Amino acid sequence: MSSTTHEWPLFEIFIRGQHGLSHRHVGSLHAADAEMAIKNARDVYTRRNEGVSIWVVEATQIAASSPEEKGPLYEPANDKVYRHPTFFDIPDEVGAM
Amino acid sequence: MSTSQTEPNKGELFEFLCRMGDNTLVLGHRVSEWCGHAPVLEEDIALANTALDLIGQTTLWLDLAGKVEDAGRDADRLAFHRDVWDFRNLLLVEQPNGDFGQTIMRQFLFDAWHLSQLTALMESSDAQIAAIAEKSSKEATYHLERATDTVIGLGDGTDESHRRMQNALDLLWPYVGEMFVADAVDEAMVAAGIAPDPASLRPAYDTLVNDVFTAATLTKPQDDFGHRGGKSGKRHSEHLGHMLTQMQWLQRAYPDATW
Repeated sequence: MSSTTHEWPLFEIFIRGQHGLSHRHVGSLHAADAEMAIKNARDVYTRRNEGVSIWVVEATQIAASSPEEKGPLYEPANDKVYRHPTFFDIPDEVGAM
Repeated sequence: MSTSQTEPNKGELFEFLCRMGDNTLVLGHRVSEWCGHAPVLEEDIALANTALDLIGQTTLWLDLAGKVEDAGRDADRLAFHRDVWDFRNLLLVEQPNGDFGQTIMRQFLFDAWHLSQLTALMESSDAQIAAIAEKSSKEATYHLERATDTVIGLGDGTDESHRRMQNALDLLWPYVGEMFVADAVDEAMVAAGIAPDPASLRPAYDTLVNDVFTAATLTKPQDDFGHRGGKSGKRHSEHLGHMLTQMQWLQRAYPDATW
């Protein structure tokens, strides 16, 4: 840690809160490698009993969509209401879905 | 541990419990001194967590010590109203933080002993001691894992980190011997099946630290001289008194203050 030219890489942290739920992005932190990132994530993000499972991934390994492409990517779905299952009558006995 | 048991007297048991509790109290306070000062945010939080684990264990040990003593002292009373000559912690844990490497080396040398001591205490003939040991051992397992990785990472790191870790090892190694030397209190605990013979933990300790130092490219000092006087309370280093003035200042300035 003597030189700032050797900064630890950034890791994105995903935590699963309970069995049956999916991992959720909770934030990011620096670590020398993935194992250390898991330990750091344990200390930074699970101090209050938040998690049962931790995933870490180096931030540079994540491919992300570009905000500029949001038109072609998402707008075509806007007017296709028939893709939403909102036209079915749900019997009362079924309860909350 | 032995099945033919001789009840220890109250004083010896109190002494033993103070040793366990004072180790975690003094080290916990030392580690907490890093809060807000660690080299990176992630280590700052990890050290604070470790300190809190150790202080939590202290509460369990010293509360039990107070009950055994039966003189109306609880964990807070024991922690904040005793002076330096009444402390029974190992000399190792009262040594100053130094640089980050020195703190991590101290932690590793302690954790390696602490986990094997707690593991043995889980078989204690005293159910309360076994229960505290079991709870603490989960925390100690994590502390040891973290300290081991960091000792290896820094020892086998840059020239500077290697040099600092080797300096830390040379400085602190003479405080290791005290952990394994038995006195009358230890012998009474062994006879009662309460605690292991300190010397019995040494071979596994040596194997563990030798493996880690090899991986960390560090050289263990040849001289096995060990300072003594911490756990007996006969000869603490000058550092403990200074530390207590910080740790106990509030109770010294405002005796029996509560909030």
